[in-house]
Amino acid sequence: MKVHRLQLENIHISLEGKQLLALNAEISGGEVLTVMGPSGVGKSSLLAYLAGFLAPVFEASGLTRLDGEVINELPAEQRNVGLLFQDALLFPHLSVGGNLRFALPATVQDKEARIEQALASIGLEGFAERDPETLSGGQRSRVALQRLLLSEPKAVLLDEPFSRLDSHLRREVREFVFAGLKAAGLPAIMVTHDAEDADAAGGRVIQL
Amino acid sequence: MHRRLTGVSSAVLACLLALPAFAATPEPDDWEQVLREARGQTVYFDAWAGDPQINSYIAWAAQQLQSLYGVEVTHVKLSDTAEGVSRVLAEKLAGNVQEGTVDLLWVNGENFATMKGNDLLFGPWAEQLPNFALVDADNHPEMREDFTIAVEGYESPWTRAQLVFYYDSATVENPPRNMRELLQWTQSNRGQFTYPRPPVFLGSTFLKQALLELAVDSAPLYRPVDQAQFESITAPLWEFLDALHPQLLRAGRSFPGGGTELRRMMGDGEISLALSFSPSEANAGIVAGELPPTVRSYVPSGGSIGNVSFLAIPFNAQAKAGAMVLANFLLSAQAQAYAYDPEVMGSATVLSMEMLSAQQRALFESIEAGPATLSPEALGNTLREPHPDWMDALERAWVERYGAR
Amino acid sequence: MAHAKALPANIGVGLAPVLVLVVLIAPVALGLALTLLPAFGYLPVLGGERLTLTYFAQLFATPGLAHSVAVSLMAGLLTPLLALSLVLLFLAGTAGTRLERWMRRLVAPLLAIPHAAAAFGLAFLIAPSGLFMRLISPELNGLSSPPDVLIVNDYWGLTMSAGLIIKEIPFLLLMALAALPQIEPEKRVAIARSLGYRPCRAWLMTVVPALYPLIRLPVYAVIAFASATVDVSLILGPNLPYTLSVMVLQWFNDPDLNYRFVAAAGALLQLGVTICALLLWRLIESLGAWLGRRWINRGERRSGEALLRVSGQLGVGLAVLVSVGGVLALLINSFAGFWRFPDNLPGAWTTQTWSRALGEIAQPLANTLLIALVSTAIAIVMVLAVLESEQRAGRRLSPSMLLLYLPLLVPQIAFLFGLIVATEFLRWAPDIKLVIFAHLIFMLPYTFLTLAEAYRRLDPRWSQLAATLGASPWRIFWRVRLPLLLAPCLTAAAVAIAVSVSQYLATQLIGAGRVPSLTTEAVALASGGSRGIIAVWALLQALIPMLGFALALFLPRLLWRNRRGMRGLN
Repeated sequence: MKVHRLQLENIHISLEGKQLLALNAEISGGEVLTVMGPSGVGKSSLLAYLAGFLAPVFEASGLTRLDGEVINELPAEQRNVGLLFQDALLFPHLSVGGNLRFALPATVQDKEARIEQALASIGLEGFAERDPETLSGGQRSRVALQRLLLSEPKAVLLDEPFSRLDSHLRREVREFVFAGLKAAGLPAIMVTHDAEDADAAGGRVIQL
Repeated sequence: MHRRLTGVSSAVLACLLALPAFAATPEPDDWEQVLREARGQTVYFDAWAGDPQINSYIAWAAQQLQSLYGVEVTHVKLSDTAEGVSRVLAEKLAGNVQEGTVDLLWVNGENFATMKGNDLLFGPWAEQLPNFALVDADNHPEMREDFTIAVEGYESPWTRAQLVFYYDSATVENPPRNMRELLQWTQSNRGQFTYPRPPVFLGSTFLKQALLELAVDSAPLYRPVDQAQFESITAPLWEFLDALHPQLLRAGRSFPGGGTELRRMMGDGEISLALSFSPSEANAGIVAGELPPTVRSYVPSGGSIGNVSFLAIPFNAQAKAGAMVLANFLLSAQAQAYAYDPEVMGSATVLSMEMLSAQQRALFESIEAGPATLSPEALGNTLREPHPDWMDALERAWVERYGAR
Repeated sequence: MAHAKALPANIGVGLAPVLVLVVLIAPVALGLALTLLPAFGYLPVLGGERLTLTYFAQLFATPGLAHSVAVSLMAGLLTPLLALSLVLLFLAGTAGTRLERWMRRLVAPLLAIPHAAAAFGLAFLIAPSGLFMRLISPELNGLSSPPDVLIVNDYWGLTMSAGLIIKEIPFLLLMALAALPQIEPEKRVAIARSLGYRPCRAWLMTVVPALYPLIRLPVYAVIAFASATVDVSLILGPNLPYTLSVMVLQWFNDPDLNYRFVAAAGALLQLGVTICALLLWRLIESLGAWLGRRWINRGERRSGEALLRVSGQLGVGLAVLVSVGGVLALLINSFAGFWRFPDNLPGAWTTQTWSRALGEIAQPLANTLLIALVSTAIAIVMVLAVLESEQRAGRRLSPSMLLLYLPLLVPQIAFLFGLIVATEFLRWAPDIKLVIFAHLIFMLPYTFLTLAEAYRRLDPRWSQLAATLGASPWRIFWRVRLPLLLAPCLTAAAVAIAVSVSQYLATQLIGAGRVPSLTTEAVALASGGSRGIIAVWALLQALIPMLGFALALFLPRLLWRNRRGMRGLN
């Protein structure tokens, strides 16, 4: 298992001349950097910037290195940066298996086996043909994480990933997400305003 | 950059000018040659298509032409003849002198005057058609005159029309025989009559008919309008209409859009007296189940306006030879007799019976005209169309007086 | 900048807006120029070589012109005002009820009926000799012949406005229903209700202010259409005098070619009237906003709830009833033999009208289908390309894209003659290709109008997510955005098909009459046809759009029958 590494050097993001945030950080594989702060300080802009979606109205500078390679100028789909949202966001027009297949790189051989294997790893054997809408909330979160992992990212961004879940589900999902990222050796940045998330992540915390 | 553009566009221009689509102008005198040229041509025949009977008739003629002369005919269906005129005009405007899209146009009156006056027509060709002799133009001057405009071989006669009235004999015993009677009749039968709104052709014809009957002297109507005299000549007409309108359906606050609407109103019993420009219309209405079988037609006692409608070839038509062959066919005894059949079109013929062979006459004599159709004798005296200027002037004066209250 | 750079693959898409504008604006501008010059006396082929204002003088001397303009303006304001009010009241009163779901299904078929067909249906229903009067005569009123009253073609064009309102209600409903999910009406209403507002009132107060900006352009399209309609006006509008648009058409068709100049001046005036109607509407908008704010500020929570609820349902219900009644009247008339007046039903039935029409239908039907399908496909591709380029550029298109709506605002007749001259200059022979191109000009704005909101409101997280999973922009387009937007795309296609099928002038004039379609046949026959023939062709004309809308409705259901999540999105 290759361990990846994400470096943020002198990141500045501003809107209409007003600086929103400035950041330097280095995150190694399996580590989760938590970014906290009230709404409107630019947490989401940071993730959008790193993933490659920052709206043109923002000005940003700095360098992002992933395994040493500068990715700032790359389009989103070539950055190998995965993203988990508040919602599982399983594509509603695809089956559960279809969602996983969508994430598999084109070069992967024997896709069916990979999909079955991924489903089995989260206790959802035989769910490939199911409509995602028929899954429970916890199941959806698991499928979403598996989908992320199948796309073979080198780093992961988490955008308040647990805030929409019930409290009992939240703990469970947190555990398997962090475990999954650690097992895959992925550096991660999590944006949240829930202190429990930060505790569970166990990494450094930056207050904005 | 600039120079290059000019170079390109002049090259394009050169290509356009060198286009081989050189539609040879046929020589109408050499009919054999015309027939040879026509073979394989496609004739776009622009004709008003508001009457399914006429449409079927044209479809029949197209079949005949294909099998007899190898000419393909496409009926370009117009809702207004002016569309065809517009088209030719636009083509002339753009300098399209050889690749016109209209080959033959069903036209008469104002539209003909306009096209002839603006050099939009090909010709003369009509009198060279082999079948033109059958109309006996020397004894029927209306074949050489379209609304007083000399035809001069620029269009070929096709059908004949005459203004007739029709009424429901079940409810009306003595329909009015002239305009003064009409006024009296409407006074005792309020809301039982109306006429289409000019400039709808039938409505304008009603105005002309009324003016011909009411004018002190009809001679000026056959000359271009003299503005100085227009008021005094038309005064009796406006006096008549001022009295008539309050007695009309809807008290003259709205007028029907044409003959068909009039026919529908008759069928619905909204009115019991109507007019038509086709002596067979009432009969066709009965056959089609739109009019009660008790409807009958008649012509005013002093006669009524009649005219001939023609076929013209635009100056830039591509299939002039084919168009001539079609016009000639439509002028044949076979085609005219078929059109005369009320089951087909019920159109009065432009041919002169004297010029036909016994065999050709028999084609006409074998046809049952139907109870509501007027025989040629019953059509009585045909009044000539006034100069086309009058149509326009009357329409505008009417719109000015009644078109906006 | 950090966001995705324009890759080679994006360049084609990036050019799409330019291409669309060229396709659209060039012909409109050219046609307009070639129409406007004659308004000022310039048309060399007719001897007009000097610029002059005499034709405007002649135009303004036309008897009844002021009234014509007034009726056109009135129809242009009354139609959107009533149609929009009723649609909003209806939605407010039925949000989340079975009636609303039922209406959702009914919207499409109602929209499918072409304007002319609906106008004929209305005329056949409410004319003095119409179906309604026949049903109640002589039993209720003792009449044995039709009453001599002016209903259709009335002086102020009220019947015409009614016909337009009936047709525009489904259009605005469709547009509103498409825009609603974006503003989450349930949440807004829930909050207002928790503050004590009754539901209908809550909807009007909290949803309408957010909804209106989203459906503003469709409302403007309604204004432009209603103030310049030719076909509905010819069938239902006043004729003493005619509305301005009809006058212009008649001048264009006047055998006296000098009237081309007056027609051109009239076309320019028509454009002015349409713009004037739009400006007046802006005033009405501000007035409405001011009144609405006062109403909201009063804080009244309960009173008038029933009235609000009932008026919307009654109004829209009546419109639906009349539409359906019109179709029924068309159906009966299409099979009617001789039908004496007070009889409730025809005395004789016949299939002759249908069989005659069906015998002639092959060529026009084939042309109509070909034109509609090809032009719709092109329109959808072009609109998708524009919207996709917007997505990839990450910002709204420049305001110049508003020019896209120009063909909606400029009266058709105003530039079609010019367009013919233009195609003549270019030596483009009138054929089906040219007709398809002309249709495209009129379809693009409606297609854009129908699809844009759905496309823009699609949650951006779907494509972001797909990109982080490694999908290229094209893969995202084909595999994510397009399937998610299948239903709105199909609806837009159905609208485009309906617009194409209903084009008369663009087919007849641009095709030189050589490309007969269902509509050109219908109009040609209607110029002289009986009620039966009109009914048959009006119904035939409605057939293809109806099929289009049916497909747009049922195809997604079929495809997504096992995808519950796709239902909410549609």
